[in-house]
Amino acid sequence: MSEAAAHAVPQSQADKLAVQMVGVHKWYGQFHVLKDINLAVEAGERIVICGPSGSGKSTLIRCINRLEEHQRGQIIVDGIELTNDVRKVDEIRREVGMVFQHFNLFPHLTVLENCTLAPIWVKKTPKAEAEEIGMKYLARVKIPEQANKYPGQLSGGQQQRVAIARSLCMNPNIMLFDEPTSALDPEMISEVLDVMVGLAESGMTMLCVTHEMGFARRVANRVIFMDGGEIIEQNNPEEFFNNPQSDRTKLFLSQILHN
Amino acid sequence: MTDTTETFAPGTHPDLPPPLGSRGIVKWMRENLFSSATNTVLTLLGAYLIYLAVPAFLDWFILDAVFDAGSRNECWERAGGACWSVVVVRFDQLMYGFYPEELRWRVDLAFLLLFVALAPVLFDKVPGRRYLAIFSIVYPVIAFFLLWGGMGLEPVESAKFGGFMLTVLIGVSGIIASLPLGIVLALGRRSELIVLRVVCICFIEFIRGVPLITLLFIASTLLNYFLPPGSNFDLLLRVLIMVTLFAAAYLAEVIRGGLQAIPKGQFEAAMSMGMSYWKMMGLIVLPQAMKISIPGIVNTFIGLYKDTTLVVIIGLLDPLGLSQSILADSKWQGLSTEIYIFIAIFFFLSCFSMSRYSIYLENKLHRGHKR
Ligand SMILES: Nc1ncnc2c1ncn2[C@@H]1O[C@H](COP(=O)(O)OP(=O)(O)OP(=O)(O)O)[C@@H](O)[C@H]1O
Ligand SMILES: [Mg+2]
Repeated sequence: MSEAAAHAVPQSQADKLAVQMVGVHKWYGQFHVLKDINLAVEAGERIVICGPSGSGKSTLIRCINRLEEHQRGQIIVDGIELTNDVRKVDEIRREVGMVFQHFNLFPHLTVLENCTLAPIWVKKTPKAEAEEIGMKYLARVKIPEQANKYPGQLSGGQQQRVAIARSLCMNPNIMLFDEPTSALDPEMISEVLDVMVGLAESGMTMLCVTHEMGFARRVANRVIFMDGGEIIEQNNPEEFFNNPQSDRTKLFLSQILHN
Repeated sequence: MTDTTETFAPGTHPDLPPPLGSRGIVKWMRENLFSSATNTVLTLLGAYLIYLAVPAFLDWFILDAVFDAGSRNECWERAGGACWSVVVVRFDQLMYGFYPEELRWRVDLAFLLLFVALAPVLFDKVPGRRYLAIFSIVYPVIAFFLLWGGMGLEPVESAKFGGFMLTVLIGVSGIIASLPLGIVLALGRRSELIVLRVVCICFIEFIRGVPLITLLFIASTLLNYFLPPGSNFDLLLRVLIMVTLFAAAYLAEVIRGGLQAIPKGQFEAAMSMGMSYWKMMGLIVLPQAMKISIPGIVNTFIGLYKDTTLVVIIGLLDPLGLSQSILADSKWQGLSTEIYIFIAIFFFLSCFSMSRYSIYLENKLHRGHKR
């Protein structure tokens, strides 16, 4: 742990950052997935993470709300350091929303119930108020009329928008997206991206794993390229796409831009 | 087939009724009973067998049956059918065992209240469900005092309990108590806390690996060695505990199957919103897992209900146990068919209603979300 201590962040600086990762390492068994990740995300920043399959993108953002545990280094979210302390983990999870590739809506609850469940049970919001908030965000993702349907009755794009609304109902400071559009049919991708662009314009801190380079160009402040568990390169989108530095980035970009 | 081959201009074709023979009962019979030569032969053969068996059975069961004779011989002198008199004469005993006659209203009352208590649990459209649910929670206490006495009611020893009352008592208590225990065991077996997990695995594997009869023997004899001497721990309560544990072990495995079918994403979505373990399980995972497990759960319940007949082995007088003593009575010797049919009808009705309820529940939960 000595090197992590050397990297340790002064508390005053960490306060302004939404997410601060210092010397983070993670292993799955013997397999070293994340290698010395250092990343500082300022409040309001919009970051797109890309990289080849298996490079550790999902693992990286899942460490931020501790769906995965890191074994070395420091992760500070909203000024709270992630440790084994369950209360702190829950506190962070209440402030960090997450949207998954496969939506993960609760199939036994209606769309509105999906949106109000966590506010009611985790934040103890009164039911009527939670429903009001739920309807507000469903309107914002443009599907208020589906509120009383069940997730199984919606299209993929609609389900993903419900998932976004569900996260927003917790009023998070940070939103994590793990390939939110890659399970969708092409004609549904834009409806989800539109919602995400709207969210970005509202000033939300966002970390998105995505291969939608159009989206990255449009909203990202910074694009991060990962490979083999390391951050290989990061830059603003303009520079990243027009002037990639490393060979692996160039190869990756040529591959995804060709299809 | 001579079809009318009228022609219509494109776009003006009216809706015509389907041709005769492709609808209604004729179609159904043609498709299901006479679709091929073999099928036709089987249909005729089946009809013949029904013709042979049903009238003969009806004669025996109802038309030639005797309901009010005083003994077997009187029955047989009067007609050749079933001698239901034995059931009529011994009806009360088959229902209540040796529960004192003047106190049987307490059993009846407890049985009636059982339905009041179950209604809000089983059906969600019961008027005043919230208030009834409070009654459901206190019902076990009420039932206990009604059956065993105490609190001003004359006490009745459980050794006097018997008949269908005993079946329903053991069956219903076992079902109600084993479900929560089964859920806890299933969760424990999947827990990350190794001690808890090992305890649950050992418990489940031990109970499942031993025949229920053995457990009942342990309840009736072995426990005496462990309990402090002179302590008088009601045999029926011991049996209830064993039956509950036995069913819970099976339920735990059924429910674990349901839990395993819940995708990891459901857990992750719940966790990512800051839900605690119990909220995640109670609000997200168990509702879905239990729904998947309904057929297996009801299967276990039906098994438990029928297994209550095993208590006869340790001397409790369930209907089968009573039938032994009835058949030993020289007046009614040899009427086992009648008694067993009567008992079978009772069990069938109970188990069949459970099965129908589970189908109702599955449909209700299914309608909620197609998929
Ligand atoms: N639970 C796990 N146990 C063991 N290895 C895992 C586990 N989860 C992921 N891995 C491995 O870790 C590596 C990184 O996984 P990760 O899901 O973070 O990749 P990714 O960059 O998100 O890839 P993709 O684009 O395919 O989603 C992969 O090689 C994967 O096989
Ligand atoms: Mg991934």
